[in-house]
This record gives sequence, structure tokens and C-alpha cells, in this order.
Amino acid sequence: MSAATDRRPSPVEPSPGSPVLRRTRERPIGTARPNAVAYAVLGLGLVVVMSPFLWMALSSIKSEGEIRRVPPTWWPEAPTLDNFRELFERLDFPQFFTNSALVATAVTLGNLLFCSMLGYVLAKSDFAGKKLLFRVVLGTLMIPGMVTLVPLFVLVANMGLVNTYGGLILPFLAAPFGVFLMRQFFLGIPDELIDAARVDGASEARIFVQIVMPLAKPALATLAILTFLGSWNNFLWPLVVATTEDKYTLPVALALYSTGQNQTDYGLLLAGAVVVVVPVLVVFLLLQRYFVQGVAMTGIK
Amino acid sequence: MSTDTEARPGAQAPGRAGTLRKHPPLYRRRTRAAWGFALPFVILFVTFTAGPVLMSLAMAVTDIRSRDLRNPFAVEFIGLDNFVAVLQDPMFRKAAGNTAYFVLVGVPLTLAVSLGIAVLLNAGITRLKTFFRVGYYMPVVTSIVAVAVVWRFLLHPEQGLINEVLGWVGIEGPNWLASTTWAMPSMIAMATWRSMGTLIIIFLAGLQGVPTALHEAAALDGAGAWQRFRHITVPTMRPTLLFGAVITGIGYVQFFEEPFVMTQGGPLNSTLSVAFHTYNQFGFGNYGYAAAMSYVLFLAVVLLTLVQFRLLGERDTPRRRRRKAVPVANKEVGR
Repeated sequence: MSAATDRRPSPVEPSPGSPVLRRTRERPIGTARPNAVAYAVLGLGLVVVMSPFLWMALSSIKSEGEIRRVPPTWWPEAPTLDNFRELFERLDFPQFFTNSALVATAVTLGNLLFCSMLGYVLAKSDFAGKKLLFRVVLGTLMIPGMVTLVPLFVLVANMGLVNTYGGLILPFLAAPFGVFLMRQFFLGIPDELIDAARVDGASEARIFVQIVMPLAKPALATLAILTFLGSWNNFLWPLVVATTEDKYTLPVALALYSTGQNQTDYGLLLAGAVVVVVPVLVVFLLLQRYFVQGVAMTGIK
Repeated sequence: MSTDTEARPGAQAPGRAGTLRKHPPLYRRRTRAAWGFALPFVILFVTFTAGPVLMSLAMAVTDIRSRDLRNPFAVEFIGLDNFVAVLQDPMFRKAAGNTAYFVLVGVPLTLAVSLGIAVLLNAGITRLKTFFRVGYYMPVVTSIVAVAVVWRFLLHPEQGLINEVLGWVGIEGPNWLASTTWAMPSMIAMATWRSMGTLIIIFLAGLQGVPTALHEAAALDGAGAWQRFRHITVPTMRPTLLFGAVITGIGYVQFFEEPFVMTQGGPLNSTLSVAFHTYNQFGFGNYGYAAAMSYVLFLAVVLLTLVQFRLLGERDTPRRRRRKAVPVANKEVGR
């Protein structure tokens, strides 16, 4: 970890009243002058990036007739919650929501535990087979998901786990990405700390539980959020494994609904999209700095 | 890095430095303890990842079809026949062409847009940085299914926002998703929209590592903003750019979700990707054939990554000293 995250722009910007500080911190000589053009370009880009979200939210409270109008309206003329009401009456959304939450929570807890255990020994212990283990685990990051799809399905079917929570959860409990992220973090913990505990006779298990894990809270938070969202948005595998409605996750329900005979119930689809997206966006906005850390941690150096 | 100084059991008598690590009994004990830690992950990993990867390879060299699952003895070893068949399949060629189009246009476009935004965020503005960063990252955390619902509307020929906006400047937009010409550019635009948030954050972190002293010196010597970007920022950022190109490339070669939710590969297979074709073949029960195709895709990922290393890896030093720019897999971190 390191430099990349440490040099992240501090959330506390220097006050405007300190021009000297400002000049050196924010605009080193030789970099572009902060200017209106930059703001305009970035602002325009942001409008383009955000408008699908805005449009989705605004249109979900329009009537079916208004959604279909040509030319399209931007602001809803007569806001209504009918789409949402109908959505919850027609579809078992609480069930889908519970399924999504249950699967994502289980997958997250599994990854936190298993990935940090392996990440810890990969970073802080020397043992026979370490290099090979690391290379094999990380090497699979490059293998397309398509390669494992069918053998995995056959395996899960043989285990009798099709259309069960086990089938939805087990294949994702231990992801190479998490090992990589945790290892990166653990490499940054001083060896002296761990060696001191070893010299004092602490077992590896005790060192892990009492020293390493408490230090790893920021990395664990990052991994938790990234894993949870990945699982929440996961789509292909649940689509294959969940065969009856009581096991559908939110994206599966929305996908089947939007490609089935209801394809033209625009209002319902948009309301469904809002229900899928909004919880995630709220979580993201509240915890966004962990995302930045996570991406920067695995990305650089 | 500790990985490089790995001790071998019984390698040598205790020296002065690092005696504990090289002491055989202790090393053996530590190996046992470490594998104890690794075990839960390894069991899950072998069962649900490594096992299926090998299984898939085994399938690729047989004529296995879905009905053979109940009668495994009917399966025959057919060597590389599946691979030959894949390469001769006109649908595969079409899909490969589409995937190449998507990757060759999509990856540079995504990298360029993300780098541009990251540079502006880094040096062009002083306020609202977090606000912009969060905004640009939002599509990354959004479910593809919801994205598809919304984008199908935006791209709708009459009721869609995009053609409406184009209409303001007098352009009559096409029926995006129903046009063999415009469906693929629509996919590329969507993928760019969805992927650039991650790259912006990676590039922002990379930009922190560009020494300001170089910029200052160059500015004093009269270098303009573009010259400094071209000759200072880009070369210093090369490892970061390479990393961004590699992860984007790996993702884009596997191009699947966009056509799956938006077009089902249409119109007239113009958005059929290799991954999507593979998925369809699995669906038809042609397991051996599809497994072979998935390995062709894997090979494409590896090749693309190698090409990117060639193009973007260190090359400024004439004597080709290779350093630092390593893939995720063996990236050494922290020191």
C-alpha cells in the first residue's frame, strides 16, 4: 500500500485564506492553471455521466403514458408512486431483496476471513510452496469466467446445490482478488511487530487474531464493501443457478422481468431499476473513500 | 521482498542474519502453520476455481455434450478437433471480429477519456474534487441489469433522450440498437461510461507520483502544457497506464454483459461477442466445443496482455532495462 493511498488528496482542503499553501499543495508550478475551462469540461462530462441516473429516477415516478411520449419529457408532470406500488404488488420484491442481502453478506464474511488468512501468510510468513500458491491463485485472475461456468455448474449440480443458497454462495466464498488486496495491505505492516510477538512465543493464530486483524480494519472495510457490491450486482451465476422465484436475487428478477413478456412495462422496469440501484448508491456515497482506497491499493505500486 | 529471499528447508547452517527463518525445524513448523492458515481458502479455491478450470480443459479435448453427463463413458477424446472446429466456425469468426472491434476501439477510448479526466481533476481544479470523483465512479457500482434498462430507453429512437438531444443540434439519430452499424458503438459508449470510474481513480493515484520538480523545470525551460503532458506525465505514468490498459483489456476481451442484456447479440449478430457465443454454445449443450472456445478466449486475454506489455512497457531506456511494470499476478508491493 503506501504512497498511493497516503498521497491521496486530503479530504480537508487547505483553506482558501492561505494562498501560499494553496499554491504549493494544489497547483505546483508547471501544472495547468486551475481554470474555468477545466471546470466546464469536467462539469459537462459529469452531466453526461449522471444523466442516466437522473433520468431513471425522474422517469420512475412518471405515468406510463408520459414515459412513452414523443418527444420525451424531462421533469415528471404528475409525479406518482404507482410504478413502485405495482412493482411490489406484482413481484415478491422483499424476497428478492432478502436473497440478495443474504447471499452478499455470506460471501462478504467468507472472503473477509479466508482471504485475510491467506493474504497474511503470503505477506508475512516464509514457507514451502508459498511462491507457487501465490502465482496459482493470482494467475486465475486472468482466466475468463466463461472457462469455469459449465464445469462449475456441473459440479454444483452434482453436489445437489442447484437452486439453493449454498449454490449461490459457495463458489464465491474465496476470491483471488481479496487475497491480493489483503496481501498488499499486510505487506505494509512492519515485520518487527510480528517478529516481536513471535519471539514472545505467541502462536501464529494468536498473532493473527490479536495483532494483525485489528490493524487491518481499513483494508477489511474496503474488501467488505467491494465484495458486497460485487455480489449484490452479480448476475450471470445467480441467473444460472436460481431456478425458482424464491431464490432469485434482485438483478436476476429484474433481468428476467425486463426480457420477458413485461418488456414493455416501462414504468415498472424503471421502478425496478431504481430499487436495484438506490441501496447500492447510498452505500457507495456513504463509504466512497473506501472504494478509492481499494482501487488505489490494488492499482499502484 | 520476502518472496525473493525465500529460505529452503535445510539449506544451510544458521548464519548471523535471518537465522530464525533459515533454521530448518522452525521453518518446517512455520510451513505447517502457514498451510493451516491457507487451508480453508485453498480447499474452496481448488474445488470451485482451479478444479473447474482443469475440468474445462479436459472437456475441450473431448466431444462431450450435455446429454453425456448421465453417461460419461460415451465421451471420446478427440484431441484438438474442437479447436479446429472453432477456428473454422463462421459465427466464431464473426464474434471474434466483433470482439476485436470492441477491444481495439473501446480500450484506447476508455483509457484516453479516463486519463483526460484524471489529469483535469488532478491539476485543473482545486475544489469539488471528491464530488467529481464520486460522480464519475457511480456507474461502476451500478448493476448492469439496471444500466441496461435505462440505456435501452436512452437509446430508443423516438422516446430516447439521446436522439432528442441530437435533435436539438439538427442531427437525426439512428435507431441505435437496431442498426448493424450503430449497435456496436452504442455498446462501446456504454462500456466506457461504465468502466472509466475505476481508471480515473487509478490514474489519479498514478498522477500523484509524477514529480512536480520535473514539471517545474520543464515549465522554466518554456515547455507548454501539452509538451509537459506528453514528455513528462505520460512517461512517468507508464506503469500505471500499463496497469490500466491490462485490467481494461482483460475485462473488454470478455465482453459479454452488454450484448447479453441489451441486444442478445443482434441485430444480425453485429454485437455477438466470443464470450456470448461461448455462452450460447453452452446453452445448446455443446460443452466440449464451448470449453475449447473459452480457452481460445483465455489465449486472447494472454496475447492482448503481452501485446500491451510490448507497447506500453518500459522502453525509454535504449538498453531495454526492464523493471517495475509487472502484471497484477507478480506485482511486488510495499517495501
